[in-house]
Amino acid sequence: MQEVILAVEGVSLRFGGVRALTDVSFEVRRGEVFSIIGPNGAGKTSMVNCISGRYRPTEGRISFDGQDITRLPPSRRAPLGIGRTFQNLALFGHMTVLDNIMVGRHHLLKSGFLRGMVYWLGGAQTEEIAHRREVEDIIDFLEIQHIRKEPAGTLSYGLRKRVELARAIALKPRLILLDEPMAGMNLEEKEDMARFILELNQEWGMTVLMIEHDMGVVMDISSRVMVLDFGKKIADGTPDEVLAHPQVRRAYLGEDLDESVEAAA
Amino acid sequence: MSMTPSGDFRTSYAADMTIFPTRNSRLALLIGLAVLLCAPLVLGRYELSLMIQIGFLGIAALGLNILVGFTGQISIGHAAFFGFGAFASAWLVEHGVPVPLAIPLAGVATALVGLVFGLPAARLKGLYLAIATLAAQFILEDFFARARWFTGGVAGRITEPFTLLGLRFDHDETYFYVVVFWVVVMFVAAANLMRSRDGRALVAVRDHYLSAELMGINLAYYRTLSFGIASFYAGVGGALYAHYLLFVSVEAFNILFSIQFLAMVIIGGLGSVMGSLMGAAFMVLMPELVQSAAQALEGGAIDRALSLGASINFLREMAIGAAIILFLIFEPDGLARRWRLMKAYWKLYPYSH
Repeated sequence: MQEVILAVEGVSLRFGGVRALTDVSFEVRRGEVFSIIGPNGAGKTSMVNCISGRYRPTEGRISFDGQDITRLPPSRRAPLGIGRTFQNLALFGHMTVLDNIMVGRHHLLKSGFLRGMVYWLGGAQTEEIAHRREVEDIIDFLEIQHIRKEPAGTLSYGLRKRVELARAIALKPRLILLDEPMAGMNLEEKEDMARFILELNQEWGMTVLMIEHDMGVVMDISSRVMVLDFGKKIADGTPDEVLAHPQVRRAYLGEDLDESVEAAA
Repeated sequence: MSMTPSGDFRTSYAADMTIFPTRNSRLALLIGLAVLLCAPLVLGRYELSLMIQIGFLGIAALGLNILVGFTGQISIGHAAFFGFGAFASAWLVEHGVPVPLAIPLAGVATALVGLVFGLPAARLKGLYLAIATLAAQFILEDFFARARWFTGGVAGRITEPFTLLGLRFDHDETYFYVVVFWVVVMFVAAANLMRSRDGRALVAVRDHYLSAELMGINLAYYRTLSFGIASFYAGVGGALYAHYLLFVSVEAFNILFSIQFLAMVIIGGLGSVMGSLMGAAFMVLMPELVQSAAQALEGGAIDRALSLGASINFLREMAIGAAIILFLIFEPDGLARRWRLMKAYWKLYPYSH
């Protein structure tokens, strides 16, 4: 529980004159559900993009499981065990749900194009079937059996979110980054998603790093929470500690602290 | 939507992952192949020659489809690779390599050339890549004209017919079997590729390259690989062309031919294996149909009334263009989709909903 799986040290990210992140440091411990919250434009997604390799931090260092991954290309992070979902769905729209999830197995499959072309001879078929079994477990878990042969682009929003999660799980990640997994969902879908996340964490043993706006869910399922505002970390700790933090109340929950400070003085 | 007859259940994952999903479709395939193999006994020279053309053009078109339709790259230099395959095979035969071996070797040689020209593809996209492949087209064309040792220069190069175990496949009736063999091999290979790891990776790169990268897919590798595979197909198609015509000359592989390959792929259906063959068939048969229509028209009442005379030939060209445009408007997803709709219609007939 105490072992650090992801360490972010003094990460800054600048786009020209815009400071997306300024000197952010935090640690995610193995086996926890860690949430990043903050107002729109606070740099939450930028932070996740730095971890998944989409952006390269201007300064600072990110290490995963003791290995420095700050400058590692994104495609080399999946084999290390980092999976993610996107805020704005990023499925392969013309592929079936099943194929989408099978793409998640990419780094676990060994058959290259030559063995793929002779499917039956080089062992590609055996490999596909073995991985298909595991993918079917994920499909069962997320309750998407009925759509496994549908093209991903034709699905409803809630289902697409679920397929994205399935694809990320298929990577067999040790750390899974979820960018607003519940955005735009109704209450029932949110409850399902919260259940999936908890089960992933507890039964499948994945460490979860999540960005989410729904405070109720965040406070309910997170072990620890970090708050970003204008690219700076303003607090982290257990949900209760963070909620009690005065700067958080002002920045995120909209309480006007200045007045109360003045009143006190 | 997948439609299987009721009562047809799959009880293993292997059965769920076949190319031909139902017993009827496998039966249809076998009967189709048997009919095809009997074709030389029934059909005349002219029809066979059309089918041979469809065969080698279809193989090359499939290569382009892997590049354009499946990987989402673009190439307007495909004919140059087709040409390279033709010259490479002829050159290999000249240096003592037997023809049956020279055809796949020409494919490999073309794939290597394609990989070199595909390197910019690792970084370029869309229109920029189109211009880079245009450069490939012109560089190769120029190379064909100048490298006398390889291509015979502007005079062209004569090559030998396909011989295997003492049998000469130098007639349409016999060469047909060579082409059918290669068509089956190449199309099965492509269908297999698309249901395995690297094929899925290619499609993932097309559909959403950012998330593909996060799935552990190396974009530069797969974009370049796609060029290599496309060139291999072009090379094999070109080699088959060379040993059919027995003469390869520089002029054939111009940019117009490249555009025709693109047309085949778009008309057949981007991202469809069988669509590539349908597109090639369309592009081969369409001019023939219009030609015979024009011949029927010649000297007839309409010809005289409108005094068309010599302009019938121009009308023919225009009709081909018009057919392609109409096709793109009314069937933008290609012949492959029309074929699926037709199958669905008959499967559900007479209750279409």
